[in-house]
Amino acid sequence: MTETPPPFQSSASFGPDAGGLAEFEAALDRALAEHGYSESELFAIRLAIEEGVANGINHGNRRDPGKRVELTCKVDEHEVFVAIEDEGEGFDPNSVPDPTADANIEIPSGRGLMLMGAYMSDVRYVPPGNRVEMIYRRSVSE
Amino acid sequence: MSAGNARINIRHRDTGVLQIGFAEKRISDALVIQQIGEEIGKAVDAETKPRVLLSFRNVDFLSSAALSMLIGVNTRVKSKGGRLRLAEIKPDIYQMFKITKLHSLFDIHETVEDALKGF
Repeated sequence: MTETPPPFQSSASFGPDAGGLAEFEAALDRALAEHGYSESELFAIRLAIEEGVANGINHGNRRDPGKRVELTCKVDEHEVFVAIEDEGEGFDPNSVPDPTADANIEIPSGRGLMLMGAYMSDVRYVPPGNRVEMIYRRSVSE
Repeated sequence: MSAGNARINIRHRDTGVLQIGFAEKRISDALVIQQIGEEIGKAVDAETKPRVLLSFRNVDFLSSAALSMLIGVNTRVKSKGGRLRLAEIKPDIYQMFKITKLHSLFDIHETVEDALKGF
């Protein structure tokens, strides 16, 4: 019988160049693989993290070199928890225009939030909106 | 033929189509995306009426910022009366195009051979 690996937890902070994010994601990928997550699940979780961190850097912190984005990930065999917090003033996610509307289809921004919502099981913005908490729940196969 | 630290590789086919592949497996770093956009832009600008085929065969991952860059390429090609097609997009990435409804904006084909037909 295969032993279940222990839960994984890691935190890191990033400046505007996102230095260190690739290394963090590589460690996360290893943890996800050890817990049996599929390549498509890795893709989804990595995408949500990349989009959340990019939003924190570009929109929350406005690329201020003096500000950081904090990322925390927890992995077990049932779910992945991700928290991303920037040092900005926050925002209202409901104020972001729908990028799939015909009038907006060619605008260059706004798809990150949509993709995070599409790939993660739950996405919650903690008021005032500079912190997002996401959960990816694995489907239970019979 | 790619040169130096080029992010893309380009070749002209006999049919005059500018066929472009990506050197990066992951297209998510902001600087890399900017460089890719600039390199493709230069290649497009050198054509009178560009016919451009982007092959994603080598690409395993890309972010929404990369999608934005592709929208910019599409706009640039169309402004010159040209045509842009995308090919060899892996299923996980194609799903992103579907979620964002960009699969209806871009002319996407499974294979390069299909994309070149009637270009």
